[in-house]
Amino acid sequence: MFYHSVTLDEKSCVGCTNCIKRCPTEAIRVRDGKAVITSERCIDCGECIRVCPHHAKKARFDHLDSIEKFKYKIALPAPTLYGQFNNLDDMDYVLTGLKKLGFDEVFEVASAAELVSEVTRKLMEAGKLKTPVISSACPAVVRLIRVRFPDLCDHVLPLYSPMEFAARKAKKDAVEKTGLPESDIGCFFITPCPAKVSDIMAPISVDKSAVDGAIAISEIFPVLSGKMDKLTSVEPLSNSGIIGVGWATSGGESSALLKEKYLAADGIENVIRVLEEIEDERIGELDFIELNACTGGCVGGVLCVENPFIAKARLQRLRKYLPVSQNHLNRSGIVLGDMKWAQSLEFSDVLTLSKDLSEAMKMMGAIDKIVADLPGLDCGACGSPSCRAFAEDVVRGFCKKSDCVFVLRAKMKEVASTISKLDDDLEKGL
Amino acid sequence: MSMLELKYIVPGDDFTRAGEASGDVKHKLKKIGYNPDAIRRVSIAMYEGEINMVIHAGGGEAEVNIDPDRVEILLIDHGPGIADVEKAMQAGFSTAPDNVRSLGFGAGMGLPNMKKYSDEMYIETEVGKGSTVRMIVYAQR
Repeated sequence: MFYHSVTLDEKSCVGCTNCIKRCPTEAIRVRDGKAVITSERCIDCGECIRVCPHHAKKARFDHLDSIEKFKYKIALPAPTLYGQFNNLDDMDYVLTGLKKLGFDEVFEVASAAELVSEVTRKLMEAGKLKTPVISSACPAVVRLIRVRFPDLCDHVLPLYSPMEFAARKAKKDAVEKTGLPESDIGCFFITPCPAKVSDIMAPISVDKSAVDGAIAISEIFPVLSGKMDKLTSVEPLSNSGIIGVGWATSGGESSALLKEKYLAADGIENVIRVLEEIEDERIGELDFIELNACTGGCVGGVLCVENPFIAKARLQRLRKYLPVSQNHLNRSGIVLGDMKWAQSLEFSDVLTLSKDLSEAMKMMGAIDKIVADLPGLDCGACGSPSCRAFAEDVVRGFCKKSDCVFVLRAKMKEVASTISKLDDDLEKGL
Repeated sequence: MSMLELKYIVPGDDFTRAGEASGDVKHKLKKIGYNPDAIRRVSIAMYEGEINMVIHAGGGEAEVNIDPDRVEILLIDHGPGIADVEKAMQAGFSTAPDNVRSLGFGAGMGLPNMKKYSDEMYIETEVGKGSTVRMIVYAQR
């Protein structure tokens, strides 16, 4: 259940405090000089990868040669991929380049996104969703809600992400086209972030993802741009419009709903702040909330090669002369059932102190008492992200109060003064 | 004695800090695994009260007493007091100044919302001396 794409390279970790302080779910501690990730708390947002100066945090993903395991190989490029290339004015260059890398077919996630947008619009118009509806496209956000916001779980849009839906549709179409069994068809997502990799390996919405692997944009970029440079002609492969490509940046999914009462926030801290406000019913009347863990949206993913703001500017230019949408439900034969989550999002109680309320309350009282004795510097030298988190770790029994250097120093001073007093007393012949 | 007692000073001079105490209470209730519906009601009711203290009373003290079956919130201020409690309880009635209204507060929904989200609410007030609002939210409705 707790597969994670984000992992630690122990050799490179020096036990500094950068990642523990950055983690939005306080999932990391430094123990015995190395970072340790608490699996059930990690939401795979990739913030620790971004912030680690020693490159000790890594994302697991598939390499390009893994596509060879399948007879028929399909690439599912995230719309973010298009923003990585300078002076790109035609998405077909990227898509044809992908085919030259060995894929038999490409299926744009952007085109699946246009159908997800249309289904969302229909469901919202029919009043079938609890408002404000919270987007489920960012797996890190969905996982964050699952561990921190129990009250908001039923606001999460219960539809497949464009990636998942793209894989399902691409596979179905390929079976019809090639006559091959589904097991011979491999779908590979070209991913901007580790959260998507986790969403494939340990999906929340379905039992098993239809995506067979994920290749990082950062890994495919050099070889792909090499192929693109050598292209003499391109195939007309692209089938997405302004709406689909827009999903790569924050605000794209919301604007595709063609409604005014929406909010789009990006960057994990901002996301948390917005979720708190929704929970306290302080956001006013909004129909839709789009949240992306990375700054700028998926273009800010930690596996991208380009600065998110530059990528965003490129995508704006690229989208400019596209049709609004190239995918429509009535032409595609898609029905809601093809996209709906098998199970709804359930709160995962991993942050509470104890399953027993009275016990948890006693622990909270003990934590408050310890916090009062700590310096409040939140220095992280103990290995916990803050003095409060440290106090919690002490009460949970993971470390001792004297693991705080300041507590230890105070104790040593006390001992030293006792000894020196003893020494004085002896000298005076007392 | 409640099982968990929390105390806060609500500063009256810094509007940007309003909501910090209720935010901390919410965070702690989540940590101890309190009933999510009760958490929501506590944080909304207390937030409204906290904002009231900042707008009208120059701050004050907040005490939150938590037991497995209920949360008691005490908001104590030494402000001007409420001249007409019945009127203040009416939705839309407000004595908030314009600068506060321009921030989106002072819509006259503070006390009505506190009453709505809490299960019991008691107001003791004396003009010129201050007010004490006591709210109780039960873990199970």
